[in-house]
Parts: sequence; structure tokens; C-alpha cells
Amino acid sequence: MALLQISEPGMSAAPHQHKLAIGIDLGTTNSLVATVQSGLSRVLNDSQGHALLPSVVHFNDAGEVEVGFAAVKRQHLDPYNTISSVKRFMGRSLQDVDTANAAYRFVNATGESQQNQLVKFKTRHGELSPIEISAEILKALKARALKALGIENDPESLVGAVITVPAYFDDAQRQATKDAATLAGLNVLRLLNEPTAAAVAYGLDHASEGTFVIYDLGGGTFDISILKLSKGVFEVLATNGDSALGGDDFDHRIFCWVLETAKLTPRNAQDTRLLLSKSREAKEWLTEHDEAVISCLLSDGEFVNLTLTSEHLVTLTQNLIQKTLNPTRKAMRDAGLSITDIQGVVMVGGATRMPQVRQAVADYFKQTPLTNLDPDKVVALGAAIQANTLAGNKSDNDVLLLDVIPLSLGLETYGGLAEKVIHRNSTLPIARAQEFTTYKDGQTAMSIHVVQGERELVSDCRSLARFELRGIPAMAAGAARILVTFTVDADGLLSVSARETKSQIEANIVVKPSYGLTEDEITQMLKASFTSAEADKKARMLAEARVDASGLIEAIQNAMQVDGQLLSAEDLSLIKRHIDALTSLMLGDNADDIRNATEALNHATEAFAAKRMDVSVQRALSGQDIHSLNLS
Amino acid sequence: MTLQALFTTDLSQDYFAFFNLKPQFNIDLSHLETRFREIQSAAHPDRFVTARAPERLASMQVATFANTAYQTLKQPDTRALYLLSLHNIEAVTETNTAMPADFLMQQMEWRETIEDATLSKDIAKLDDLLITMRDEANTLIHTIANMIDEKHNVAGAVDDVRKLVFMQKVSADIHRTIAQLEDA
Repeated sequence: MALLQISEPGMSAAPHQHKLAIGIDLGTTNSLVATVQSGLSRVLNDSQGHALLPSVVHFNDAGEVEVGFAAVKRQHLDPYNTISSVKRFMGRSLQDVDTANAAYRFVNATGESQQNQLVKFKTRHGELSPIEISAEILKALKARALKALGIENDPESLVGAVITVPAYFDDAQRQATKDAATLAGLNVLRLLNEPTAAAVAYGLDHASEGTFVIYDLGGGTFDISILKLSKGVFEVLATNGDSALGGDDFDHRIFCWVLETAKLTPRNAQDTRLLLSKSREAKEWLTEHDEAVISCLLSDGEFVNLTLTSEHLVTLTQNLIQKTLNPTRKAMRDAGLSITDIQGVVMVGGATRMPQVRQAVADYFKQTPLTNLDPDKVVALGAAIQANTLAGNKSDNDVLLLDVIPLSLGLETYGGLAEKVIHRNSTLPIARAQEFTTYKDGQTAMSIHVVQGERELVSDCRSLARFELRGIPAMAAGAARILVTFTVDADGLLSVSARETKSQIEANIVVKPSYGLTEDEITQMLKASFTSAEADKKARMLAEARVDASGLIEAIQNAMQVDGQLLSAEDLSLIKRHIDALTSLMLGDNADDIRNATEALNHATEAFAAKRMDVSVQRALSGQDIHSLNLS
Repeated sequence: MTLQALFTTDLSQDYFAFFNLKPQFNIDLSHLETRFREIQSAAHPDRFVTARAPERLASMQVATFANTAYQTLKQPDTRALYLLSLHNIEAVTETNTAMPADFLMQQMEWRETIEDATLSKDIAKLDDLLITMRDEANTLIHTIANMIDEKHNVAGAVDDVRKLVFMQKVSADIHRTIAQLEDA
């Protein structure tokens, strides 16, 4: 009978049994969990009726972990053991993080690979990575869901979870998120981009068709995505953003204003935390009021009492809002759209409650943004809908999401240049193969360096992984053919394989990056690729000139070794002088000079090349075994 | 997509055949888009999340192929290059970058306009140039279509295809420059 139970994937063998799946919005400030019940997506509350779980984790002195409101209360009393906004540290190395201004104790980097070392926090529960701390948040959400679904005694009946990530997260940050879920014992059905999740919730709610912009300003990240919705397929046309810009930065601006206005000296960790939470309260209050009072007693007995007007808040945060509009313009341009093509702008993230943010977006798109879904909940609601579909529950409004890769992927080539293999905004899943060749005669190994970013030089991109392909059969330079294949799956995660096509030697790796991108790096990757396109071009030309020059020198030196006797002493010294001249110019940075000297060297060896050609033809004709010739 | 269909999808066929299109330059773009969405709706890995590994792999392969094929045929320049490659013509190679003299002149004029506009931070001028170039590209597209689809002279379209590819690169540069000016 077992044979009769074969079913299509996505179709349950027992079709009436609803499979349980959840959607999780793992936010910088707050996290939520939602599920689809009786065809409706709804957020699951805790026993006190709270929908939001503050993304704060406290490691208490009884050896217990507290998550959420309980941890928030400990924040300014026990700052080193209470971690908030941990999402900002996901997939990041120590080098990436502003350790001086963060109110935490970090584990110092040791050893040679300190550059690659992930951030770790020193807590009374030991040294903990952001992945482990995020896992605590996920565990709390999972427990909440199991309870709400009434399956505490049968956790296995939870098929899995969709977890949302900022669209602009790179490979390292995505991988870290997936690792955290695994650590929390969750089966990840899919990592879903937050704006896409919001589009699902919004689109289904309104049965919309057309092109929509999702403006997502969360606690710590900003994402802009442009989606085309039609007939059950949501296609992401372009995405852009800033993975280190969010509501926290608005709090920080107020905090700085308080320090300045109240003429406060630098504060200890407790006071910093206290003032930051007062700043946040003021910001939230000003959404619906004209004035906010910031008053608190600091640890040294000093009393702070200030009034911030909504007008002044606008002035303080104007350039933060401006910072969101540049990625917006870029995404519009990448999608090849103008403002009149946009049917609607959906606002996502708690920070979009601020009237000045809504106003700026309305001014840019010349239409009132859509705010009728709760900006805090819309991502989790969409994630739950998608989880429900992926788990195999059929519904009338099934949608397919076609998402894109946010940052280009490339390989390092000779001369420190990055060769793009997959361009940003390519629809996922995608695989791209690129052929590379050996540079030197008899080269038997090749190292592959995978980078992510928009710049032309490897040193300006984020290094993701290095691996080595060994055992390439010794061949003349340029004869070996190395095929490198990049595959990015629907989660946005990369794997790379490389193969020598003649010998079929294969090297496979799953890219598990040791660190994520710094704020500077990630913004620079896109921004600087524009602002310094000119400098890049010069650097590229220089690098290319050097590669050409050293290639020619090597070829000539090889040829002289084999056929040096064809040259008169005079010719030989002339060629050597040219080589010396070129070699010294290659140390400089004038691409034109190098080009000219290369050309001159090439010219000086023309007669030699012609003689060699004659000789090699004679050798071949005189019946020599062609394989014994040293072809250079 | 049934499992049968997923495993029997021919991934060695050309992109035109994959979308049931005639292998020519002018194609019905709305048919292409509809067909692409139909295929992805059925084959995408999201439809096979809880399936077994061989099915997930097959789904990944078909979806990846569909994405590549769709992106290639959607844009006129990549579509033309692909069509030429089906006729064993490599239109753009690293060694052969020669262009007709009049096109080189025009190209220099564009570059000068871009430089001037960049120096004077004149975004409107760059936008105008983009429109001019789009019109030029449309004329080229028309000529290419006529050569390939009407006169059936694929090789005769090579020069114009190379011009089109080149113009695409210049347009991308202009977009980059505009972004740079807006950021400043």
C-alpha cells in the first residue's frame, strides 16, 4: 500500500492535515512570531498579551537567560551582561565593530587570524557570539509559538520557520542568521528578505497588481525594494539599502544632543544606556506630540531635565532621512523606473512612524505612503504566510517570490582585480560559470578568492572565502581551463565549485565566511563604486598594464632561455635594456609609461620572434617529435 | 510542475525553444514574461522545500536555467549576442574591438558630453543624453531586427550588435555618473 501514498511535493499524503509553520521577524530592536490559522495570518502574543519581544538578552547571576521585557529592565543596571541590538553584530568581525563606543566588553582578538575573528561578547555566562545570543531570542519565540499553537508536548509537529533578514544582508550575515536558527532548534524553510515579506502581507491583503516600493526603516537597518506584483508572482526588480542605518541612529542623535545641551562629560555604561532609552522614549513620544521632556537622574547625582521639540528633532535627524533617499534613487535607477511607474509605497519598520520620515517619502514619490498595516507586524505576518505555503499548505492566494542578490559576487584575478561573476539584482536562484586560465607555464595550483561588492579592486570588496585548486596538469600558460561556478540559492547563500575542464579536477566549497561587512565597507561598496569610479578605472588600467608587461617579460625570458643562441650579443643586450627599463617603470604608477615601454619591448623583439618562428618550423619539418619542443 | 516534467525538462535546448519562441530577434516580450512566470511558479525551489534532495536539486537546476534564459532574452543587446552565438558568431571578443570611424566619432562626442556634464554637475544634461542614446539604440534595434528577421542575414548584423552592446556600456557609465553626482 505504501506505493499508493506517493504524492507530489507540496501535496500532503493526508491532505486535510494542516502543517504548522511559523514566520519570525528577527529584528534589531524587537522580534515577532506569526502563524497562519484558518487562512489568516496573525501575530502570536506572549502570556501578557505582548506582540513584540524586545530583542534584548540578559545573562543573570543565577545562570539563567532572560529575553525580552525582563532583560530590558536589567539593561542599565547590568549593561555588560545585557545585550541589545545584537543583529548589528551578526556576521561581523571585531575589526568591523566600533568597540570603543559600544557599551559591551568584547573578547580581544588573538593570533594571526585576528582580522577574521568574529565578534564575541564577554558575559558572566562566558564568551558568547552574536549567533548564540540571537539563538536565545529565537528560542524564546519558538517557545511562545509552541505554547500558542498548543503543541508544547509535540514540538516535532512544527514543520519549520521562515526567518526574515534585511534584503541588504550579505552572505556572512545571512549565514550567521541561519546558524542561529539551527542553534535554536528551528528548521529553516527559507530566509526571506524583510521588504519582500512585507510585500506579501500587503499584497495579499489588498490583492494588488502593479509595481510597489517597500521602504523599510527598522531599528538598525534600512532597505528599499521595488517589486512587481502580478498574477501570484512577486518579482523583486531591484534592492538597495544601508545595513547600518536605522531607528537606533535617531536615538543616538538625540542622545548626542542631550550630552551637548546638558554639557555632560562622557558617561559610564549605565548612564549611556539610561540616556539612550530616554532618547528613544522622547523620539517615540514626538511622533504624536510637539514636545518631549527628557528627565533622569544620573549615577553621579546629576539631574538632567531638557525639552526637545518635534521641530528640533527634524533638524537633528534631517541628514539621516536624506541617507535613505540615495539608496532609494539607486534602486529606482537599477529597476529602470520613474516615479510615475510606482503604484504604491509601503512603509515598514517602527521608525517609519516618525512623521518626518513619512513626509520625506511622500515628497520623493509624490504620493501618500501606505501605512494601514502595522509597520511593526507586517514583516512577521508576511513571513508566516510564506512559511505556510512552503510547509506545503495549499491556499487560494499562494504566491511565488522571485528575489534578488543585493551585492555583486566576484573572483580575484591577476593584478588584484575583481571579476564580477554575478551582478547585483540578479534573480535567485542563479548559477554562473566563468572560465579562468593559468598565468604561468607549468602552473599546477590556483587559488580562488571570492569577494562581494561593487568595486573593481579586490581590496575594496568584502572578502568571502579563499580556496585552492591543486593538481592542475602542467601546461603552457593559458592552456589550462578552470571553470568556476558560483551558485546562489533562494536563501541568498553562496556555494562555489571549481573544475579544470581538461583533467576534470574538482574543488568544492560551501562559502562559510568568517566575517560580515563593516558599515563603512558595505556602504562604501556601493557608494564608493560610484564616487570613485574614476579612481577605480585608473587603478584598473594600471593593474592591467602591469599584467601585460610582466606577461610579455616572462614570455621573452622563456624564449631567450630556449632560443637565446639565435640572438647576437648586441640584440641580446638591447632586449635586456628594454626589460630593465620596463621592470623599473612597473614599480611606478604611470599606466601610460608602462604601456609605452611594453610596446617598445615588443617592438624590439619582433625580429627575434620571426627567427624563432622559422626555426621552429624547420624543427617540425625535420621530423622531430613536436611534443619534445618546449613551446613557450 | 509535475515531477515528471521537472526531471524531463531539457536544459540543453536553446533559450528560445525553452520559452516556445521562434529563434529570432523580435520576440513577443509579454509572452516571454508570462511563460517565465508560469515556469517559475511550477519549478521554483520554494515549491519543493519539503521535498527530497533529488527533487530539490532538479528544481534548483530548472529555476536557475529559467532565470538565466529569461535575463538573456529580456534585453535586446544580450538577446542579439545570444542569437549570434547560436549561429557560432562571437560578436564581442577581447581582441576584436574595432568600430567604424563614424561610430568612434560619435562615441567620442558622447564621452565629451559626459565629461562636461560631470564637471558642471549637470544631471539634466546626462538625462538628455540617455534619451538621445535610447533613441539611437532603438534605431539600431530596428536595423538589427530587419537584418536578422527579414533578410535572414545574421552575420550582417554583427557590426550593429556590437554598437548596441557598446552603447549599453556607455549608458551604464552615465547611470553611474548620475548616481555619483546625486551622492555628492
